Amino acid sequence: MAQAPSPGPLVDSCEDERPRWDSKFQYLLSCIGFAVGLGNIWRFPYLCQTHGGGAFLIPYFIALVFEGIPLFHIELAIGQRLRRGSIGVWTAICPYLGGVGLGCFTVNLLVSLYYNTVLVWVLWYFLNSFQYPLPWSSCPLDLNRTGLVGECQGSSPVSYFWYRQTLNITADIEDSGTLQWRLVMCSAACWAVLYLCVIRGIETTGKAIYFTALFPYLVLTIFLIRGLTLPGAVEGLMYLFTPDMQILQNPRVWLDAATQIFFSLSLAFGGHIALASYNPPRNNCKKDAVTIALVNSLTSLYASITIFSVMGFKATNDYRQCLDSHHLPTVPPFRYLSTPSSGDRCGAPAGSVGPEPSQQGRLRCAAHGKRALSSVLGHFVQRDCQPKQVTCCSADARGALCAQKPRLTPSTGACSNILSLINEFDFPEQSIPRDDYPAVLMRLNTTQPDRVAQLPLKACCLKDFLDKSASGPGLAFIVFTEAILHMPGAPGWAVLFFGMLFTLGLSSMFGNMEGIITPLLDVGVLPKGVPKEALTGLACLASFLLATCFTLQSGSYWLEIFDNFAASLNLIIFAFLEVVGVIYVYGMRRFCDDIEWMTGRRPSLYWKLSWWAVSPMLLLGILLAYIVLLAQRPPSYKAWSPQHEQFPSREEKLYPGWVRVICMLLSFLPLLWVPAVALAQLLAQHRRRLKDTQPDTSMKPEEGRGC
Amino acid sequence: MLWLLFFLVTVIHAELCQPDAENAFKVRLSIRRALGDKAYVWDTNEESLFRAMVAFSMRKVPNRETTEISHVLLCNVTQRVSFWFVVTDPSKNHTLPAVEVQSAIRMNRNRINNVFFLNDQTLEFLEIPSTIAPPMDPPVPIWIIIFGVIFCIVIVAITLLVLSGIRQRRRKNKGSSEVDDAEEKCENTITIENGIPCDPLDLKGGHINDVFVTEDERLTPL
Repeated sequence: MAQAPSPGPLVDSCEDERPRWDSKFQYLLSCIGFAVGLGNIWRFPYLCQTHGGGAFLIPYFIALVFEGIPLFHIELAIGQRLRRGSIGVWTAICPYLGGVGLGCFTVNLLVSLYYNTVLVWVLWYFLNSFQYPLPWSSCPLDLNRTGLVGECQGSSPVSYFWYRQTLNITADIEDSGTLQWRLVMCSAACWAVLYLCVIRGIETTGKAIYFTALFPYLVLTIFLIRGLTLPGAVEGLMYLFTPDMQILQNPRVWLDAATQIFFSLSLAFGGHIALASYNPPRNNCKKDAVTIALVNSLTSLYASITIFSVMGFKATNDYRQCLDSHHLPTVPPFRYLSTPSSGDRCGAPAGSVGPEPSQQGRLRCAAHGKRALSSVLGHFVQRDCQPKQVTCCSADARGALCAQKPRLTPSTGACSNILSLINEFDFPEQSIPRDDYPAVLMRLNTTQPDRVAQLPLKACCLKDFLDKSASGPGLAFIVFTEAILHMPGAPGWAVLFFGMLFTLGLSSMFGNMEGIITPLLDVGVLPKGVPKEALTGLACLASFLLATCFTLQSGSYWLEIFDNFAASLNLIIFAFLEVVGVIYVYGMRRFCDDIEWMTGRRPSLYWKLSWWAVSPMLLLGILLAYIVLLAQRPPSYKAWSPQHEQFPSREEKLYPGWVRVICMLLSFLPLLWVPAVALAQLLAQHRRRLKDTQPDTSMKPEEGRGC
Repeated sequence: MLWLLFFLVTVIHAELCQPDAENAFKVRLSIRRALGDKAYVWDTNEESLFRAMVAFSMRKVPNRETTEISHVLLCNVTQRVSFWFVVTDPSKNHTLPAVEVQSAIRMNRNRINNVFFLNDQTLEFLEIPSTIAPPMDPPVPIWIIIFGVIFCIVIVAITLLVLSGIRQRRRKNKGSSEVDDAEEKCENTITIENGIPCDPLDLKGGHINDVFVTEDERLTPL
């Protein structure tokens, strides 16, 4: 192996020692914490539910095996081998590809800004969970104290708390509004907590990760145990996991599986490269890659079981409320259940208190709408709902539909609003048992059809409630918070849930911050005498100041833009360049030699084939699909506008021109680093060649590779 | 003659109190839902109690202190239990304006509810919105308190870490100024021989020659 491109001097001769992990377990936990994030909780269950339940696991695991694990292995290997952050690694592999590192660094920075904003929202909810009753359980009173705030009454207390009392959202992205001081305070706290944890690099994150990475598992288990004991959980699980194999014929399912794996493992951020660079050089990164990727996927599965059991409970609860109408809510006479992702108004007027409303709350169960692309947060998947009139309670038609799943609750046959009938016709209380309801209704319908037609009778079908799905912040902040309201001891569960979300996001942010700080340290941005704490502090302070733009009233619209445009496309392109750069430019043979040196074994055919052909092709496929889907329709967003006719459905608006320009800039600017750096390197080489008369003998690591 | 008068009065009363009459209100009680087994039967005694409560509420309104129980008329009592009522003026010719009745009932809603062991949801005055009790608002919102606690802890922790870092660095600088640096810094070079890195002698003073490491140290288990 004399002529083999031997690993050159790995570090400069007189450099300070690179920090090391305290133990292998700490390193694994850090990577797992970085990979396992909010998307595992609120994106994967949604995908499972909408893509045929258990059948979705097939494309998911195929994507994991052929795309996720090989790409992940590459990142860990180059980080561990070259012992640099993302910028240094690429200048070491090939100086012309240095732009890839800079691009990854830029995208990482942009993502950190808005990812932490989600944590700010979570922290706000967490802080508000320490009271009974929970603030999102009831609408606040209006100024007269005669009734409830109109916006809240028209939607739901949970939606109102999210859109008005948290975001204080404007109706249009052009209307920026003012800074929300509550969110600014929470943002300061979030960045302070983050600074506290990353202040000395892995020395401090290594300690913090023990809590932030393990606590979510504890909470998920607690929720799972609690969820399985709640009524309706098992039905929910069975319904939602039942595989529907037909769905595999839809190419969209495969695309979603591939993108989900990609974003779930947090590839192409440079975070894993940074974390692996602190490893001892001889460490089995192959085993690490397989372990971490599998743990990530199993966590997604575990979380979806928990989420489904709680969603099943919520659906059963709503269904029972719809049926019985005996439980009158404490304050609002009408409660509309609407989630931003479903946007429908499956309204359940729980008992008619007060005058008959002008809009009889006929159940408008949602039809289906378009779904947008996946993204880092798995966030803004929109489901439009076209209101579909459901004629009610002709017992046979609806009853038959409801009775198709006999394992559901026994009272599916009789959809009723007994109380409405009793009130309208002044029958004695509790005089219509559930079984007699269809007969009574039919009799009344023949004798006094006009009065019956006026009544807000509903069709209650458990399947409809189970079909309502949500993902992203809609799941966490609206649907799940509503489910928690019905659990006994709601504040405790809310504290646990939002604490879990916070620690999940925080451990992902550790990886992001390491991906920012490690390259800066390696490049030597600050002079030698300045301590690391100062650099971390400056980075956190700068990010906090930049991220205050997301605390504006239109902040969540901007977050959606960043998530869809700054992150998704760029990450896929950079991942593709990573694979191509390492395998084709650096060389498959050299890379395999390095891996053999590190792990003691040469990569097998599976790895070589995946790196050489399968993964790049998959990435190209995803990229093309993304571009096609993006080009199909002009980018639009959903605005929360109380003046909208179909309120509480959100109003679909197109982005104005200047916003679209910003979207384009966000999509393309990080990519410009690649040609820019390549050009700069070309010019520098050219200049050096003209100037140099003597051969360059010093083997600096940056030029040791050659490409 | 008297019975003619009585008949007239009841006819007039009947006209004053009718479903959807002017200034008339519908009341609906859900006694069985509220009390379950302990539900009482709604009879004429309960009705007169109700009339007394309405009269009591009206007497609290300025200019209406002379309202008597007989001025309150009930009609159309159903089995649900629901009925309509109006309040007439002393002449018993026309009814009091709905606005006055509404505000009187609202002011005394709590007492009326308590007399019948019901609440706003089980004793419903249709078209009289109840004044909803404002939720208990603590002077300082709870979230600010918890935020303050968390923030203070974090700031204190950051300060401690920064100070300890400064102290460590100062100690290291003092320590290294006493010893010669040169030997200690350059031990990380890994020289390469034939493609196999030779690990240098480590800090253990040469006891272990890492060039001849054992198999299981060099190769991590697969």
